[in-house]
Amino acid sequence: MRFERSHARGTAFVAVAGSLVLLAAACGSGDNGSSSGGSSSTGALDGRGPITFATGKDTSGFLPKQLAAWNAAHPNEKVELKELPEDADAQRQQMVQNAQAKSDAFTVLNMDVVWTSEFAANQWITQIPEDKVPDLGKLIPATVETAKYRDKLYGVPITSDGGLLYYRTDLLTKAGIAAPPKTWDEMLADCQKVATLPEAKGMSCYSGQFEKYEGLTVNFSEAINSAGGDIVDKDGKPNVNTPEAKAGLEELVNGFKTGAIPKAAITYKEEESRRAFQDGKLLFLRNWPYVYSLANKTDGSSKVAGKFAVAPLPGKTGPGVSSLGGHDYAINSFAKNKATAIDFINFMASEARQKANIEATSQAPTWASLYDDPTLQKQFPYLAPLKASILGAKPRPKVVKYGDVTAAIQAAAYDALNGTVAPDKALSDLQTKLQSLITN
Amino acid sequence: MTVSAPVAERPVRKPKRQQRFDEGTGRLAAILLSPTLLVLAVVVLFPIIAALRESLFQSGQHLDANGFVVQGSQFVGLRNYTDIFKGDTGHRFWNAFYNTTFFTVVCVVLETVLGVAMALVMAKAFKGRGIVRASILVPWAIPTVISALLWKWVFQADGIFNAIIGTQVLWSTEGWQSKLSIVIADTWKTAPFIGLLVLAGLQTIPAEVYEAAKVDGANAWQTFLRITMPLVKPALLVAVLFRILDTLRIFDLPFVLVGAHKDSVETLSMLAFDEAANVRYGPAAAYATVLFVYVAVVAYLFVKILGADVIGEARAKKPGGGAKGKRRRDREAAPSIGAAAASNTGMGV
Repeated sequence: MRFERSHARGTAFVAVAGSLVLLAAACGSGDNGSSSGGSSSTGALDGRGPITFATGKDTSGFLPKQLAAWNAAHPNEKVELKELPEDADAQRQQMVQNAQAKSDAFTVLNMDVVWTSEFAANQWITQIPEDKVPDLGKLIPATVETAKYRDKLYGVPITSDGGLLYYRTDLLTKAGIAAPPKTWDEMLADCQKVATLPEAKGMSCYSGQFEKYEGLTVNFSEAINSAGGDIVDKDGKPNVNTPEAKAGLEELVNGFKTGAIPKAAITYKEEESRRAFQDGKLLFLRNWPYVYSLANKTDGSSKVAGKFAVAPLPGKTGPGVSSLGGHDYAINSFAKNKATAIDFINFMASEARQKANIEATSQAPTWASLYDDPTLQKQFPYLAPLKASILGAKPRPKVVKYGDVTAAIQAAAYDALNGTVAPDKALSDLQTKLQSLITN
Repeated sequence: MTVSAPVAERPVRKPKRQQRFDEGTGRLAAILLSPTLLVLAVVVLFPIIAALRESLFQSGQHLDANGFVVQGSQFVGLRNYTDIFKGDTGHRFWNAFYNTTFFTVVCVVLETVLGVAMALVMAKAFKGRGIVRASILVPWAIPTVISALLWKWVFQADGIFNAIIGTQVLWSTEGWQSKLSIVIADTWKTAPFIGLLVLAGLQTIPAEVYEAAKVDGANAWQTFLRITMPLVKPALLVAVLFRILDTLRIFDLPFVLVGAHKDSVETLSMLAFDEAANVRYGPAAAYATVLFVYVAVVAYLFVKILGADVIGEARAKKPGGGAKGKRRRDREAAPSIGAAAASNTGMGV
């Protein structure tokens, strides 16, 4: 018994010593890695050859065709698709890990519009001189704004997205209302008129997305921007402790209190709210354009097919302000062949490619001209209101610590909507929290 | 050998010859075992030490004049640890600590009671016993993330659960109901695990013991308390210990079923994940280390106080001393059960 234990101790010592060697090696490499960073990110856009394109899972099946079009024209500078998970957080995580390893595995990154500041501040993506993007002036200005950090361009917007107000035309017409509401007060008045109809039994007035997740940040931002407030002002300072912001938040809080917004909406993400609208439980719904074709399906999954239309979001005194969605393409700082990369991005940003993309996937383009194309308008009847929505849209807060900022916004908004914290206290607490997150 | 060494060793019981034998085999054993130990060092020891090291550093917290993050990581000593306990993060930490402990205590107690009941049912001989055993084990076979999605669907605003109880409870919002939904889902999933291990323990109890009890005139309750429970205790303790360790690091069930950043169900693992997702690896490693220490302390106390025999060392340590024959036998049953449990939890809970 005893001798077994004594030599076990001896071998344990060998193991510990071995791992200490490993540890020393790890420390060494870690320090080397962190001390030499950053210098490569301001380099010129040079180098030609094969590149890779990292993007979230392509659910449409159309992306390979786009890439094939590029590859056919550029046999020596082929692009290879690197498909990341469907979930946005998982995509960001993989891109961050690659950047921290200074890997050149991804050349072009397909980034959510809210990541730009974090990636640019960490010098994970390369600054792009504006003269390298010839069509930049033809894109909707709000979308170009999402790709900028401290007034410098770090990406090119390829797709956009804006919130729309879906409304039940059949019920509004029956109640004698001709046009969709432009303000919140008009919307609530319309609801009261419709509520007297027998068809409106068991229906609620309005819903957006109010579960504690990114969608809540979007809906909260829209409410505040639509009332004339800001979360972060033009100088990048938090600015939520204002009468305008309070008016915006109170509109949502009162909606929950009076029942205009159903209680269950606090658990709604995009899909739950879409289902509620499709099941005929909502008169008005705030959601993205993707809902249009699903709610119009005549296979029995939707009870409102052909009975609804879309309009820009309502606001406090006039049309509301949407939050901008969409994706920008950026270049990994540590990648090779950046000259090819910028050519590829320009190719994907071109009017022809964007038109092909919307036709196949119904993703909103960033070219202003495409929204006025009659054939596209016929195919996608929501294009005109969507253009209005995107033209007036504002980006969500452009901050380096976006993850922390959006979590703070969600916490404040959620507590206010739940009725556990008064709106003005929620906003003043949020202001304090944002100041600590944004100042340094 | 030198003359002095045996003189010094003389008081020790071992004779000289055996000592030399030990040295030879010791070296051979060290050579033969070193690949295994090296692999263990790489996959177990190295990550722990690397995490400990990481928890003493911070990076990327400041911007320079151009708005770029200052590169390089900075040694901050124990600051990541002290930051956990103070201010806003302290409030968040103690809330998560409470939630983690709450889930562990409530879930494991419920699972143990239900698990033992299931094992007793499964051990009975009746028609269709195979089907009952298989169906009880189905929840355990489903990956946690999948069962979390399943329960999310059950608990949603217009879900089945609300339809059954006839009122609209918003399960995924903050409050007692979200805690309850986690307890229900976790108990549903893992009570069968305890049932499985206890069943294995039950089957090592010889039928003669029960026959003897019957002859002595013991009723069912006495038989359960005096025979079944003591004899099944080693297996049960191992099962409970594994469940405690699993529940202390619970992550996927609250994360998927209720959601991130919800105070009512946020656990220590979720805090570490959240820090890492926001690229603060130092504080994330500190959270993970605090959780690691908490798990280790709980496991140590559990083993010391209740005497759970996880690796069968009791048999090796005291061959015959003190323990009565019956006791020794049930301790012998434990190692194989412990090994079975280990391979089971390896699948991920």
